[in-house]
Amino acid sequence: MKNKRNFTNLNVNPCKMCMPMGAAIAFKGIENAMMLLHGSQGCSTYIRRHMARHYNEPIDVASSSLSEKGTVYGGAANLKNGLKNVIRLYDPKIIGIATTCLAETIGENIDMIIREFIEEENLNDRHFVPVSTPGYGATQFEGYFQAVRKIIEYLTEETKPNNSINIIVPNITPAEVRFIKDVLKEYEVEYNLIPDFSETLDAPFAYSFSKIPPGGSSFSNIKRAAGARATVEISKLADKAVSPGEYLNDTYKVPLYRCSIPIGLQNNDEFLRILSEVTGREIPDRFAKERGRMLDAMIDSHKYNSEIRAAIFGEPESVYAASRMCLENGILPALISTGSKTSRLQSLLQKQEEMNNLHETPVIIDDTDFETIRELVKQLDVNLLIGHSDGKFITERDGIPLVRYGFPVNDRIGSQRIMFAGYEGSTRFLDLLTNTYLDRKYTTYRNRIYAKYAS
Amino acid sequence: MNANIKTLDERQDFIVCNKKDNRAIKCDKNSLEGSVSQRACVYCGARVVLNPITDAVHIVHGPIGCASYTWDIRGSLSSGEETYRNSFSTDLREDDIIFGGEKKLAAAIDEITEKNRPKAVFVYSTCVVGVIGDDLEAVCRIASEKHGINVIPVQSTGFAGNKAMGYRAACEALMRLMETENAHSPDVTRAAKQPEGNLINILGDFNLAGEIWIIKNYLREIGIDVVSKITGDSTIEEIRKAPAASFNIIQCAGSMGYLGKLMKEKYGLPFIKISFIGVEDTVKSMLRIAMMTKNPEIIEKAEEFTEEQASITEFQLGKYRDRLRGKRAAAYVGGGFKAVSLIKQLKDLDIKPVLIGTQTGKKEDYDNIRELTDEGTIIVDDSNPTELEHFIKTQKADFLIGGVKERPLAYKLGIGFCDHNHERKHPLCGFEGAVNFAKEVDASVNSPVWRHIRTKI
Ligand code: SF4
Repeated sequence: MKNKRNFTNLNVNPCKMCMPMGAAIAFKGIENAMMLLHGSQGCSTYIRRHMARHYNEPIDVASSSLSEKGTVYGGAANLKNGLKNVIRLYDPKIIGIATTCLAETIGENIDMIIREFIEEENLNDRHFVPVSTPGYGATQFEGYFQAVRKIIEYLTEETKPNNSINIIVPNITPAEVRFIKDVLKEYEVEYNLIPDFSETLDAPFAYSFSKIPPGGSSFSNIKRAAGARATVEISKLADKAVSPGEYLNDTYKVPLYRCSIPIGLQNNDEFLRILSEVTGREIPDRFAKERGRMLDAMIDSHKYNSEIRAAIFGEPESVYAASRMCLENGILPALISTGSKTSRLQSLLQKQEEMNNLHETPVIIDDTDFETIRELVKQLDVNLLIGHSDGKFITERDGIPLVRYGFPVNDRIGSQRIMFAGYEGSTRFLDLLTNTYLDRKYTTYRNRIYAKYAS
Repeated sequence: MNANIKTLDERQDFIVCNKKDNRAIKCDKNSLEGSVSQRACVYCGARVVLNPITDAVHIVHGPIGCASYTWDIRGSLSSGEETYRNSFSTDLREDDIIFGGEKKLAAAIDEITEKNRPKAVFVYSTCVVGVIGDDLEAVCRIASEKHGINVIPVQSTGFAGNKAMGYRAACEALMRLMETENAHSPDVTRAAKQPEGNLINILGDFNLAGEIWIIKNYLREIGIDVVSKITGDSTIEEIRKAPAASFNIIQCAGSMGYLGKLMKEKYGLPFIKISFIGVEDTVKSMLRIAMMTKNPEIIEKAEEFTEEQASITEFQLGKYRDRLRGKRAAAYVGGGFKAVSLIKQLKDLDIKPVLIGTQTGKKEDYDNIRELTDEGTIIVDDSNPTELEHFIKTQKADFLIGGVKERPLAYKLGIGFCDHNHERKHPLCGFEGAVNFAKEVDASVNSPVWRHIRTKI
């Protein structure tokens, strides 16, 4: 395997964001929550801007706006004042306090500051959840799970067993979360879905605008999670140390099932199988038909798909799901890449049966950047890009079309509504891949063939 | 407090209700923690100013986020190289934070200069770097000598002030560039001897959607040539030549006023602040630039040109004015100078500015804003979503002018929006810009969707 990046000492055109971004998304999925970033003003503004462009929703994230003074003498006063102001302006029931590079580097003792603050202000009816998310520590992928895990750690305690199941969702779109809730409804099961940003990050237009949009996982649901029948964690890639399901399993002995995002045939099959197992119910009829239609679609496009040489990039979880779907459809995932650091991507994909029967071995690379991805795309003669919007820069320079998938999709409308989950969503996704490829093929083949044989 | 809003006490002094309360407005201060300010940081200020230099490598020395969120941040266009559209980061990790990042930075500069041979390298410091104490100056000096190119440190540690401090850091970096010996190349001295004084620099235009090209074309029409565009569509070589111009015109005074001052001190270049936003300011600016040259021919041409353009534009604006008359505008923008021009432009369209705010306006900007707006207009510094929401509602604004973060707020409140920020894809400056602006406001404010959102099934 070659180097992970073309430049040893430089990341050129990042294929990742920082941990606090992930935490911000996670907190948006908790009822009545606000997040404050402990650090300088810039980090929170960037994150808001990035999220606002993806979700097309107002994204309010506070900052402790550390200045020179706070940095030198400690940021306790800034943090406390910041919390006070957030409470006055937003009246949240829960405040996530995520650290930034700056707060971590000056070694702030957040837990202590918060404890003092609660005492000073006599605030026992509000929850404060500190999450350590140094931007230099890892990427938004880990930051997201870290925050979800901390929320659960803070709010749960030993409780009576109950009949509900826990669903931990990764960074997918609000529309996809709504789909998962639909599936759960079919199973007629009580569930605790955490975090639930299906409404908060894709709020319907309403005349009464509220600064903290309604929706999100409720406290009672999160609390109930400790006594649930099982946890289904929709993530195979999150590390044990940040996995919320692992925590619930370790601490409360809630059995843990982990599966991929239900995108692609096998991933959907697995997801439904797990749900049937934990609920003791048959797979609902509706899905048999939807599955059948997906199979039909897979047959329809398989020959075209065999011509596709894809490069996939983004967060490990979404990259894994898309890679698996490509493999099962005979699309060669020539390049499978992520900016996060993970060895799991490689090891999980190696287990995939189709990997043994390929004309070419896919290049799988983690901790990389777009400079490297672009070069590999050229070397590997890739003809379709699958990933988040930053891939557009390869499209712009080298003309290879991009199917936008993952986070962020910030140069198109409707990213919060992208729905590739389930058999139906996956079918749509697959058709989109095939058609994007065909579009290019059909508009260029006359010239290509002419140039080859007749000119 | 006349503005009458349930905001934070500490924020009250940053809000005034024009001509009803005569308090001075507080501004130019650090953001209040927890208020959810819309401002970015020092680093961001520096980066947005310098980034449009097309053939420079911009290395962000820090953890990845800072570079990631600002990759290709400005929609500035280039007529040549595209190096500036890449985001280079030292991508500091835990170990670097503990042991320091100087070595990595030095190696990074070596690597990129050996591989890509850039004309110059800018190295930005970020929050963490300010704390771990990497000596950017030293690393850059050594690298400069080693590679024989400008490697310029930009002191933009994020927490050390606000965005405006970043503008200063960028201006200082630009001065350094001009101070290199290359500034005295034969080319420059020849240019410097031009007696007519019709060679100028444009400061503070970033060539969003080709705006600097539009301005350059206008100037050419009246016989004025541009030595150096700072920084939209510029090159290192071009910026080095800047001292050879006769005078500077400064468009975005918030970010480049300081450079104008420094260049005046150092090179004796006079400057004038101009604005190409809106017909009125465009005409005025063209005439003032022409006057500066003291060249009757140029002045005459400027008069002819602006008269002709203004009347064509006037004709085109007419149909929008009818559709926009009496609408109420809220604007929340970056700098004060832009706000002032916008107010004039709005008034020219018979639109009433009812809420005007800026992130980094200065006292004199606010004085102008007060002067230009009517009684009852709310004026606010370093605002936040709570205040914006409140005033948009109480002031009954029909649309908001702002940036990406403000857009969803406007939409959720069910009002129109006009994007006046980095990412827009159409020019808003000069005569054509004035028409584009009217067109955009009309497209949003008079869209049929607003009628439908008021219906029920
Ligand atoms: S990398 Fe660190 S300093 Fe940069 S935006 Fe992220 S948290 Fe802030």
